Amino acid sequence: MALPDKQGHFGEFGGRYVPETLMTLLIDLEKQFNALRRNKAFRDEFAFYLKEYAGRPTNLYLAERLSRHLRTLKVYLKREDLLHTGAHKINNTLGQILVARRMGKTRIIAETGAGQHGVAAATAAALFGLECVIYMGAEDIRRQSLNVFRMKLLGAKVIPVTSGSQTLKDAMNEAIRDWVTHVRETFYIIGSVAGPHPYPLMVREFQAVIGVEARKQFLAKERKLPDHLVACVGGGSNAMGLFHAFYKDKGVGMIGVEAAGKGLNTHEHSATLSKGPVGVMHGSKSNLLQDKDGQVQVAHSVAAGLDYPGVGPEHAYYQKTGRAQYVAVDDKAAIRGFKMLSRLEGIIPALETAHVLAYLETLARKSKKGTTVIVNLSGRGDKDVNQIQQLI
Amino acid sequence: MNRIDRKFEQLKEQGKKAFIAFITAGDPNLKVTGELVLAFEKAGVDIVELGVPFSDPMADGPVIQASSQRALDQGISLSKIFDCVRRIRQRSDIPIALMTYYNPVFHFGQENAVKAAVKAGVDGFIIPDLPCEEAGDWIKYAKKANISTVFFVAPTTLPARIKPIAHGSNGFIYYVSLTGVTGAKQNLLKEAAAGIRRVRRMTQKPVCVGFGISTPAQVRAFSRVADGVIVGSAIVRAIEKNTGQRDLVKNVVRFVRNLSCAV
Ligand SMILES: Cc1ncc(COP(=O)(O)O)c(C=O)c1O
Repeated sequence: MALPDKQGHFGEFGGRYVPETLMTLLIDLEKQFNALRRNKAFRDEFAFYLKEYAGRPTNLYLAERLSRHLRTLKVYLKREDLLHTGAHKINNTLGQILVARRMGKTRIIAETGAGQHGVAAATAAALFGLECVIYMGAEDIRRQSLNVFRMKLLGAKVIPVTSGSQTLKDAMNEAIRDWVTHVRETFYIIGSVAGPHPYPLMVREFQAVIGVEARKQFLAKERKLPDHLVACVGGGSNAMGLFHAFYKDKGVGMIGVEAAGKGLNTHEHSATLSKGPVGVMHGSKSNLLQDKDGQVQVAHSVAAGLDYPGVGPEHAYYQKTGRAQYVAVDDKAAIRGFKMLSRLEGIIPALETAHVLAYLETLARKSKKGTTVIVNLSGRGDKDVNQIQQLI
Repeated sequence: MNRIDRKFEQLKEQGKKAFIAFITAGDPNLKVTGELVLAFEKAGVDIVELGVPFSDPMADGPVIQASSQRALDQGISLSKIFDCVRRIRQRSDIPIALMTYYNPVFHFGQENAVKAAVKAGVDGFIIPDLPCEEAGDWIKYAKKANISTVFFVAPTTLPARIKPIAHGSNGFIYYVSLTGVTGAKQNLLKEAAAGIRRVRRMTQKPVCVGFGISTPAQVRAFSRVADGVIVGSAIVRAIEKNTGQRDLVKNVVRFVRNLSCAV
């Protein structure tokens, strides 16, 4: 069975739940994307920008001091933090902007929470001289002023969203409204493996380079496959990027780490797969944090990039079929993970990734000596040092 | 045949077009919603669209979005709206369709939602984020219970999609007069008229037009090209302006009567 199927379904998840105005565009986008992913010129062009502009391949680095600290684990870090703009997000925005250009679109819109995807989208738009509008919750604009400034330097227009919870989900609603209104000339660059078909597929394909590289690099170094892959899950793009190339390697365990925020027993978390029933938001069916009436709940995490009540439909499918396992790590532990990697390896990770590092302590306790792990180091922590300074 | 179908039969016999009024259930509260629906019937409204408030209304503009938020702040839910319709049904037979995003009904359980709708006296559903491709189960339950499901045709809809949409749609087909969200105003009569004619060539079912229509003059013009005209944001704005005033119902109904007279 193909994943997703022709209608964009991963089992019961995924699909296209959007206003009719967008349906024709999505069907067209799907056609164009399916043609482009098989087109050698397009693939070469994408590979060119990943290599020459973004800085791929990224290293697979054996973290020896971290491994010694954890005792049972041998930890390799897939260094997406070394990419241009500081996170994996640039893989996807370069890919989508090349699609947008082929479709003759002249205007780019994007939503952003932490600002990483906004910066990556603004960067790609600047690179190709396209008009760029970024929707960002007013609350997030306050929290991430530095990234707002970066986007503006790159020539993007940042529009504060004051509706709802004034965070990522509302920014995405606003971006969709803009899209519905300006559908003919506008390309919407979605920042994760979320949204209506073909976005979860398209973003996965653009991020899959992470796992393809990591698999090859690991085999070269260890002459076998790793025992576990671990990555943080907001919408799920960096995790899917790492996981996808290993899907058929049945012996490789996959663990997605969500944000437990102030605790899974509170309402202040972003652990969609751990706690959310199935629902429909932002154009696809997946797990969703919601109340007893089906109203979407506000998510919380110390890491703005994990702070999303939804999750990509393919992850919901991986969880349901048991191919991957999803765990949650709270704010406090994440800050511990943040400090741990900084001190042990001289790498300040993004707060999102810090959740994964904290989880390694739990995994280490359950593992036999010599267990090998690839951690997706999804981004660097420069954007978070201000926030951390106030927290510790 | 349910109340919506009967209404269109009647109107057809009389050579008339439908005027459809949208309000958000529970804005400012459900008691006023009930009073408004009964008063609308006397003011010449043919069908009422009751909006089920949702936290993330991506097809709606600021006016309806804000009214959804006000209703949510009152703790309005799908079950409470079913209760409200049940109370209306003790005094009126006006056709009522619920306008809801998909998640509230999906979370309620599709089959349960249809059963509760029948029991309450709801006649149809309009679900803007449920395209016909994803609506298989829903249509199955709704058809069995004689509940109409209204699907949309937009200016961007390719001709090849119009047939399946018209086939799946019951009660009427909702033609979106513009590419945009509710409340936007740059609809072009000529372009919409051509779109509506295209739909009508492919189906016998009534085609109603909405989005961005707010004045009697627009209602008059659009009623010449469609089987019905839908007004939402303008009425919601009138409710918002009159909230807290003793004459809320009277004032809003005066506004609505001017619109319904224009068809
Ligand atoms: C560094 C970093 N990691 C992870 C994420 C979470 O997104 P995803 O789950 O799509 O990788 C973000 C999102 O902003 C991010 O900036």
